[in-house]
Amino acid sequence: MIEGQGTTGLVLKEPTIFERSSAGRQGYALPALDVPEKQPVRFVRHKAAELPEVSELEVVRHFTRLSNWNYSVDLGMFPLGSCTMKYNPRINEEIAALPGLSVIHPDLPAEHCQGALEIIYCLEKLLCGISGMDECTAQPSAGAQGELTGLMIVRAFHESLGSSRKIVLVPDTAHGTNPASSVLAGYQAITLKSSSSGILNLEDVRGVCDKFGRDIAAMMITNPNTLGLFESNIIEISQALHNVGAQLYMDGANLNAIMGYAKPSDMGVDVMQFNLHKTFSTPHGGGGPGAGPVAVRSHLAPYLPNPRIRLVEGKYVTENLKSSIGKVRGYYGNFGVLVRALAYILQQGADGLKQVSKAAVLNANYLRHRLSSHFAVPYRSPHFHECVLTDAIQIKENGVKTLAIAKALIDQGFHPPTIYFPLVVGGAMLIEPTETESLQELDKLIDAFITIAEAIRTKKDNFEHAPRKTIVGKVDEVRAARQPILSLDDRAQ
Amino acid sequence: MNIPKGLHYTKEHEWVSVDDNIATVGISDFAQQSLGDVTYIQLPKEGEQVRKDDPFGIVESVKAVSDLYSPVTGRVVEINLPLLQAPELLNSDPYNDGWMIKVEVKDESDLEDLMSSENYQEYIEEKS
Repeated sequence: MIEGQGTTGLVLKEPTIFERSSAGRQGYALPALDVPEKQPVRFVRHKAAELPEVSELEVVRHFTRLSNWNYSVDLGMFPLGSCTMKYNPRINEEIAALPGLSVIHPDLPAEHCQGALEIIYCLEKLLCGISGMDECTAQPSAGAQGELTGLMIVRAFHESLGSSRKIVLVPDTAHGTNPASSVLAGYQAITLKSSSSGILNLEDVRGVCDKFGRDIAAMMITNPNTLGLFESNIIEISQALHNVGAQLYMDGANLNAIMGYAKPSDMGVDVMQFNLHKTFSTPHGGGGPGAGPVAVRSHLAPYLPNPRIRLVEGKYVTENLKSSIGKVRGYYGNFGVLVRALAYILQQGADGLKQVSKAAVLNANYLRHRLSSHFAVPYRSPHFHECVLTDAIQIKENGVKTLAIAKALIDQGFHPPTIYFPLVVGGAMLIEPTETESLQELDKLIDAFITIAEAIRTKKDNFEHAPRKTIVGKVDEVRAARQPILSLDDRAQ
Repeated sequence: MNIPKGLHYTKEHEWVSVDDNIATVGISDFAQQSLGDVTYIQLPKEGEQVRKDDPFGIVESVKAVSDLYSPVTGRVVEINLPLLQAPELLNSDPYNDGWMIKVEVKDESDLEDLMSSENYQEYIEEKS
């Protein structure tokens, strides 16, 4: 077995919290009831809740032990392509934890929460500045919700013109959320194949615009795309769409690559979402909370979700638009996430954000350059914030596939990259180092990759049984998918 | 790579064989190998219409979820129910036990733009 930075330590086993349960044990003690017991009958539970009976200490140990099994950005590099797993500066947390922000009640009238409204207002304005768009809503609470919000705005716009369109065009490199959001918004998603160079072919887009014409509501494009390549025909693509009255939606998931260098508004984008939890360093990885603000050009602004926050004579007020698509989330969105993102943007400043993108792109290209002599690189053109490798060489040498390479990286002490995505690349490993990793850390990851490639080339190891150093070793993913055990009762059977 | 002669193949890696006017549709050995272990298959119901080049179902593997594209237009007359219960049949025997749907073909010209086994072999070699 080859050595990497992964080593063993004393990691404690831990059962499920239900298996820790002892009948009658309590983690709290309430004083005896000294008022008449009154409880509306409809709220009375008829069957005891089957909650684990454990002490506070047992709960603390349980979750602390599980957290020791975990891997996070605070522990090591997380080069998960397409996810922008950058370090989240601690100052974001300090600011979000200020009592005036963390315990504020969302039902406060506008005149009593001017500071909170100012935070949202400023964030929306700054996102407009970064993207060149005209107006923004911070309400959507995830990238995919932003996509749906954007497409609902597009639908409302077309309907206001008496036009009922049916189709949203989505490139085959898109995130899976794009076709899903299109369908949720009531459209049919039509896939556009990208060219052999990894980007959209302008003639293909023009051809589809000719074929479907005014049935096309919008096209969703990610720029740079999920291969880390810039859609260099974007302006002509936007013109082809606008010629048939369609809108250009940009999935802003990869904005980390272009801040301060290119503005979506200059590319002809009509509507886009930002992923604050990616580009603007708010925590993600546990499924959220995220935030997916949506920015639009002025012709789409009347349809933004309510309420809008306006600055009128020095006071922040809320306003409901008549033609709005309505609310997409309760209150003002994931406020704590918005605070962190604003803290990050103000901390960086315009020059800092530009530096972020520059370093993110440099890091990805450095990785690609150094790894290209050990792994197959399907696209030669310069990459932006992420790069894609494949297992083609390792399959030829020793039949070792991407999945095994990814598992082997775990034993080397790294979170694996995104694998088997984008779908257009067979055996893809999509690596996004982000700007927050140092040259030394990048070199460690490169060394880990090369160590694995060497072991495969010299037939020392095929990593069939990796990972070996984790507390739970190689899992049977196929059986887990085919015969999932979803509860303790299932496991007992 | 197993590419039986006598079948017609699509660019999306489905195969189809036609007997009278009934087309049997599945995915190729190359497709199942590329997908890896298949964990879930979704097929249309009997009696539903499928259209040439439109998605008729979904195949999910540990790697990805992919659409299945119909090589022909017509009504689904039979689906492979055992396959839904045992998706691994698609990996072990894509051309026999792993067949997916039988379609009553309206127009045999649907087959004209499909590839022969020789052409499909070349097509795969070009791609990889």
